[in-house]
Amino acid sequence: MKSICFYFQVHQPFRLKQYRFFDIGRNHYYFNDMQNSWICKRVAEKCYLPTNKLMLDLIKQHKGAFKISYSISGTALDQFERFTPEVIDSFRELAKTGCVEFLAETYTHSLAALKSKKEFVSQVKIHSDKIESLFGQKPKVFRNTELIYSDAIGEMVADMGFKAQLTEGAKHVLGWRSPNYAYSHPYKDNFKLLLKNFQLSDDIAFRFSQHSWPGYPLTTEKYVEWLNNLDNPECVNLFMDYETFGEHQWKETGIFEFLKYLPSRVLSHSNFTFNTPSELAEALNPVDKTYVPYPISWADEERDLTAWLGNDLQDDAFDQIYEFEQNVRKVDDLNFWIDWRYLQTSDHFYYMCTKWFSDGDVHKYFNHYDTPYEAYMNYANVLSDFRLRLEDALVCSPLPTKEQMQEKIITKEPVAKKTTTKKSTAKPKQTKTKKSTSE
Amino acid sequence: MFGWEYPPHITGGLGTACFGLTKAMVNQGDQVIFIVPKAYGDESTEAARVVSASDIEIDLSQQFYKDNWGDLSYIEVNSSLIPYVGLNDFYNVINNRVRTSTDITNLSNKRKYEFSGTYGSTLMEEVERYAMVAASVAKNYTYDIIHAHDWLTYKAGIIAKQISGKKLVIHVHATEFDRSGENINQAVYDVERYGMDNADHIVCVSELTRNIVITRYGQSPDKVSTIYNGANSLVYKDIQMEKAVKEKVVTFLGRVTFQKGPDYFIEAAAKVLKYDKNVRFVMAGSGDMLNRMIALVAKERISKNFHFTGFLKGDDVNKMYSLSDVYVMPSVSEPFGISPLEAMNANVPVIISKQSGVSEVLKYAIKVDFWDIDAMANAIYCLLNYPALSRMFIKKGKSEVESIRWEDSAMKLRNLYYKLLR
Repeated sequence: MKSICFYFQVHQPFRLKQYRFFDIGRNHYYFNDMQNSWICKRVAEKCYLPTNKLMLDLIKQHKGAFKISYSISGTALDQFERFTPEVIDSFRELAKTGCVEFLAETYTHSLAALKSKKEFVSQVKIHSDKIESLFGQKPKVFRNTELIYSDAIGEMVADMGFKAQLTEGAKHVLGWRSPNYAYSHPYKDNFKLLLKNFQLSDDIAFRFSQHSWPGYPLTTEKYVEWLNNLDNPECVNLFMDYETFGEHQWKETGIFEFLKYLPSRVLSHSNFTFNTPSELAEALNPVDKTYVPYPISWADEERDLTAWLGNDLQDDAFDQIYEFEQNVRKVDDLNFWIDWRYLQTSDHFYYMCTKWFSDGDVHKYFNHYDTPYEAYMNYANVLSDFRLRLEDALVCSPLPTKEQMQEKIITKEPVAKKTTTKKSTAKPKQTKTKKSTSE
Repeated sequence: MFGWEYPPHITGGLGTACFGLTKAMVNQGDQVIFIVPKAYGDESTEAARVVSASDIEIDLSQQFYKDNWGDLSYIEVNSSLIPYVGLNDFYNVINNRVRTSTDITNLSNKRKYEFSGTYGSTLMEEVERYAMVAASVAKNYTYDIIHAHDWLTYKAGIIAKQISGKKLVIHVHATEFDRSGENINQAVYDVERYGMDNADHIVCVSELTRNIVITRYGQSPDKVSTIYNGANSLVYKDIQMEKAVKEKVVTFLGRVTFQKGPDYFIEAAAKVLKYDKNVRFVMAGSGDMLNRMIALVAKERISKNFHFTGFLKGDDVNKMYSLSDVYVMPSVSEPFGISPLEAMNANVPVIISKQSGVSEVLKYAIKVDFWDIDAMANAIYCLLNYPALSRMFIKKGKSEVESIRWEDSAMKLRNLYYKLLR
């Protein structure tokens, strides 16, 4: 079997608005609707809509021989629904062809896998539900935020019932081995790993329009020749941001022409087929186990987590946001869930990265803050307000606890004892709320 | 090299910069003669040979002086916009408004001039006299290149060039636009322009200044290059002061003049104090805007948490840093700005205006537009309230300052010299 597996990441974060310290305690809406809708509309126009249309044409043209897969983050879906519903429609069209697979991920493109299993599992679950409700298919293959993976994460994902996970073909994990085969988890034997061929993926995603690159200009003829020159591959995993088409590589670079003619060239001049991740997970036998004790990702030269975590600002922000978990569960109010989860999106930590001081241009494209400090200050201010709200909500929620109390009393506890003790604890709470409101 | 001041007798960054630069130049094997208007005798001699212009005898009977000056009388600049004026001088100026100008040809032909060496109202007069001394220096010393620091010495540099025929490099540490905004002192501008027009090359301390020199002074970009100041010459005495107040302290340290933006600092302070009373703000320094600033503090009703210290010097500066939790430099236009580097060196997180040359080289500093008092207030609040942020600045700031080296500046300058001499 020789197959090409296309996987595209579709993601938009809920960017924060400028949130100054004088907003703390006064202004409880954190997101920059204007900027988010503007970016969402712009990218829809330049990338999502034209590329989806092209994909649909290609799938129809090749009558089932051309297959692709997507992972669309929940935050992106929420923004499409709000700002550009036509993008959802075009993905639905693609879903109907049967040649498109949708993968599972964390709902808010978060780093929860590194911090809280409980939150990770519930985010994956609500994302899968969302995908099923929109596109009518239940995801079977998982990919984590930014392809972040470790043995521990793989175990959690396998336990959730997924067959396979996508991750980076990081050199320091593979060593001499090739990414062009399926691998398996060290002790979850049936859980397969599909690894990104970063050479061939990045030729399209990053180097396509780079004049200084020896491969420039990249043509389908050249690319298929490179594919044919690979040493006996079973699967070539081409994973990239969907925004590569029309947004990172502008229309004028010829990226759409390249994409338009690639499938027919592959099918006519090589014996590769196109397959989806779950088809590969079904068909391929793992050639070896991979051991990944420390998390890897697809970012930067290092292929590690340092784009999101590692400096004091990122670590502090990351610790703070997950400190709220217990109380958010306790309060269990939809408003808190939404804000808390949107604030977990990995992009917020990415903006705080300090390792790009020297060559910040590439990353500046994805970053609306001038400096990592601004990103941190804004985020920390938002968290301050969120903390105040959460504390207020904890104090102000004696009513549901009372009901729960009565339920308990009816079902389990002897009546007389409990009512008296609970009442005495409930009273100071009420006085507290009065105080806080009068202040 | 012609300069106006040299440590320890300094009123601003110019002296510190000259010292750092000459020290590094001497270390890499260059020989430097540094001529200041008035040497006190205790100047640091570790770097350069410091020559006082006051000690140089000039012979006015020589033809050269007659050609250049003729019957010359000085015009005092009657303006309250006196560059680099210290508080003492400021009051001197106000008290001695009427001064007699001297007509030098009426005096005996051979004499030495006594220079005050500070920035006062007779500045223009001194600039002229200093230039005359330069002629004498130009003849009596040997050197390969002439380097003049800031407009006060440009005339001296040009005279020296005319006499010796050597190349002239002028070093722009500040321009009139930095000092006075749009309301420039035309006489000063003319001297600056004259200096730039006659220089063989112009060195600026930042891209910001370079742009001003190109656009406002009409210089060809090829002739103007940027050599950033260093920072590693700063000697920080680790003076730990017991903090007497329990509140956090936010400090402004510099001349209280238009250029330094003290009013923006006060307005940002008022914003912070509206929400957080546990902060004290300190304005250390003096200048022509001081009285207005005191009035502004009163008007904002924040005097309970706002303090003025007057001009600080030497150890007092270090003490001030050791008491500070945040240092703010809200300069409207700052060609370079050494003070934030001093603060970082003393483990104080800094907020600097984007309109400063130093913001081009610093990474571990929060940068805001000087006019954006909301952003400034926010940055102050965040540095005071989020320990992760201030920890990072303290941890990285000091090593960053050490990495901005005078040796690099001296090396660049040397390459420039070679290019000019080739």
